[in-house]
Amino acid sequence: MATTYDQASQEAALSETFHLVEDEHGHGHGSPTLLGFWIYMMSDALIFAALFATYGVLSTSFAGGPVPQDVFDLRLVALNTAFLLVSSITYGFGMLAMERGQKGTVQLWLLVTALLGIAFVGVELYEFNHFAHEGAVPQRSGYWSGVWTLVGTHGLHVSVGILWIGIMMVQVAQRGLIEANKRRLMCLGMFWHLLDVVWIGVFTYVYLLGMIR
Amino acid sequence: MENIWKIIFGRLGWDSFPFYDPIILSTFIVVILGGVGVLAALTKFKLWGYLWREWFTSVDHKKIGIMYIVLATVMLLRGFADAIMMRLQQSVAFGANEGYLNAHHFDQVFTAHGTIMIFFVAIPLISGVINFVMPLQIGARDVAFPYLNNLSFWLTASGAALVMASLFVGEFSTGGWLNYVPVTNLENSPGVGPDYYLWALQIAGVGTTLSAINMVATVIKMRAPGMTMMKMPVFVWTAFCSQALAIAIFPVLTAAFAMLMLDRYLGFNFFTNDLGGNPMMYWNLVWIWGHPEVYVLILPVFGIYSEVTSTFTGKRLFGYSSMVYATVVITILSYLVWLHHFFTMGSGASVNSFFGIATMVISIPTGAKIFNWLFTMYRGDIRFELPMMWVVAFMLTFVVGGMTGVLLAVPPADFVLHNSLFLVAHFHNVIIGGVIFGLFAGIEYWFPKAFGFKLDKFWGKVHFWGWVIGYWVAWTPIYIVGLMGVTRRLRWIEDPSLQPYFIVAAIGAFIILIGITGFLIGLVVSIMKREQLRDHTGDPWGGRTLEWSTSSPPPAYNFAFTPRVHDLDAWYDMKSRGYERPLTGFKPIHMPKPTATGVYQAGLATVLGFAMVWYMWWLAALAFIGLLVVTIAHTFNYDRDYYIPAEEVERIEKARAEPSLEPRKGPNPDPEPTGPFAPAGA
Repeated sequence: MATTYDQASQEAALSETFHLVEDEHGHGHGSPTLLGFWIYMMSDALIFAALFATYGVLSTSFAGGPVPQDVFDLRLVALNTAFLLVSSITYGFGMLAMERGQKGTVQLWLLVTALLGIAFVGVELYEFNHFAHEGAVPQRSGYWSGVWTLVGTHGLHVSVGILWIGIMMVQVAQRGLIEANKRRLMCLGMFWHLLDVVWIGVFTYVYLLGMIR
Repeated sequence: MENIWKIIFGRLGWDSFPFYDPIILSTFIVVILGGVGVLAALTKFKLWGYLWREWFTSVDHKKIGIMYIVLATVMLLRGFADAIMMRLQQSVAFGANEGYLNAHHFDQVFTAHGTIMIFFVAIPLISGVINFVMPLQIGARDVAFPYLNNLSFWLTASGAALVMASLFVGEFSTGGWLNYVPVTNLENSPGVGPDYYLWALQIAGVGTTLSAINMVATVIKMRAPGMTMMKMPVFVWTAFCSQALAIAIFPVLTAAFAMLMLDRYLGFNFFTNDLGGNPMMYWNLVWIWGHPEVYVLILPVFGIYSEVTSTFTGKRLFGYSSMVYATVVITILSYLVWLHHFFTMGSGASVNSFFGIATMVISIPTGAKIFNWLFTMYRGDIRFELPMMWVVAFMLTFVVGGMTGVLLAVPPADFVLHNSLFLVAHFHNVIIGGVIFGLFAGIEYWFPKAFGFKLDKFWGKVHFWGWVIGYWVAWTPIYIVGLMGVTRRLRWIEDPSLQPYFIVAAIGAFIILIGITGFLIGLVVSIMKREQLRDHTGDPWGGRTLEWSTSSPPPAYNFAFTPRVHDLDAWYDMKSRGYERPLTGFKPIHMPKPTATGVYQAGLATVLGFAMVWYMWWLAALAFIGLLVVTIAHTFNYDRDYYIPAEEVERIEKARAEPSLEPRKGPNPDPEPTGPFAPAGA
């Protein structure tokens, strides 16, 4: 307990049993932000859980429409998976640079991560366009509603992540690697890695299982 | 011309306003007049600045808690008006008499009643009490994320505003309080009702989720030194479990509602009857939220009962650790029982048995709690103050509701009673007799902490007896007709021999109205008699937990020095060891600054919801972009806290030591609820 005795005040010394004379600083190292953000991410993961479960229930509800084998292109998905997984590594390099206090390097890795993220979203949009051309639109069947919503929600998260990276680059440029920005970069990192984890679920559950079913 | 109108106003037109329905129209006029009156009064007494600075933009958990409770009280009146309308309709609409509500209107009334009572009365009351009490009980100066707390409140208010708007602009959903498909599928409900429902609840739901995250982080991170998990007051434990449960369930509801929105707006096929959709999936998803939700409501209330019982029997709570374990077990089990809401879905004997047994098992930890309260009272020095009276009324009422619940958990019995009025009586029994009674106990109990004076006893008793007698008169006949087979949500009943039961039920509802009126009159009377009712000690009931160790109302910083905890009943321990409040050695106190961002964000969210409901795409796009800009702009503000100087703290603490010198301020003639401290430097 970070209490220091106030020797000057006999009274304060006596009442020490029931209170702290010197306050712990509430917003420094023991900041609740990382915990709070972690809990938020768990709630986000539950949204994905609900979407995964829904997709599972609808996984054969083709209603006579296109089936995944007609439409999915695993080479494209492999490329996209590579983009996203590599972007997590590059973000990690950025965090290492942050620990060393190298502002320029952090910015560089953030930029690389964002570009990989943009590539991911770009390929995904191309893929959705391809789906639509094949008639695999969400209005066609419950199955495609599930695919578009699950994959789309993930893509939306990646897009928000890219926006957030952009904001962090501005804020790091403005104020440098101050405590608040480091905390934000930690949160962003957790968010970005969570999207990887979710993507691995999407990749196996939607694409791989979809192809072999 | 037609087209331009469509682009600007979407599907909003003159026929969207309820000129055709005299009941809604007259309500509309009364509400408009009343609203204009309130706004005029606020302007006349120049209260806008005060409200804006001291309340709307405040990040003080105590003020946010009080705002939640005010919102819930207002919404209670609306929800109760719906209840009275239903009771009147059902007491007259027999045989040849069609009653006074048409079918479409009646459907909206029961939908609005359930939606409002759960989402905009019970949840905000729970959030409010947790917000006010929990940080004080753990010896914290605020919650973990003060700005987020303010935003959460305003998002809830935004949802409430949309529900209220639906009363006068357009219509509300007719799909029941969970907006069931297939009724709310686009082809069955092409109107705006389900969209109002979805947007209101999505916005409020985000607020509730964020609030829950905030409270859990607060309990984990912000407890006073010495307060280990097993030294937390029971209310803190129950609030913690309840809010953790809320985090686990609200995302599922958000996802389910989002999918229904995709169905309705973009023609997806999640819950449609054709093209591979599956309506029962909606039921599963909303009840995965829905059943735990009742425990989100009841658990903190169990905490309130524990605090009140312990205080008013002058004893340490019997079986503290069993209480904690019971709470945790209920939290986990509540996630495993959702299917009992539709045994009739036909998922088979094995699945139904699992969910039936899991449901019955919940009654074991709940029963343990009841016995703990009884054993706490046993040989206690019981003082039948109003909070304690609510506890006794709760135990007598709730046990009946619990037993009918176990009865309904038996799948074969449920096949008979599913969607009957017996079920409706059961859940009103546990929600009124459990949640609502407990919240009233909590309000009576902590009111003097919040405002510095007690509530008037006579009107408190009117409030109490009105609700307790009214509950039994209103719901006993419903139990009976339900057992006889009357189903829920009926606008008209053929068999006139059932009418006496419904007349009695309507009388019961009016007795409850006496209770509600008693509460409101009691508030006014108490404010007028506040000098007689004032409490200078900060500990009017002989409390046992930390919130009673500070002044009433507590200063903005709650505790001049962060308390150190040695015992479960921390304040009782301090009192019995001759604790004296320090009057010197104050240090500057680090506090969060007020911010208006939450108000702006929620305001824009309301506009976004309204525009989406009415297909005003341009406005929705503008509101969404605005929301994004305000949110991002907020992250560029790094200057979020300030220090209350030590002299200011000393002045406040000295004033508290000599109550006659207590400084008063503000244009508000009402008792200053916030302590003498104003967040200067904001």
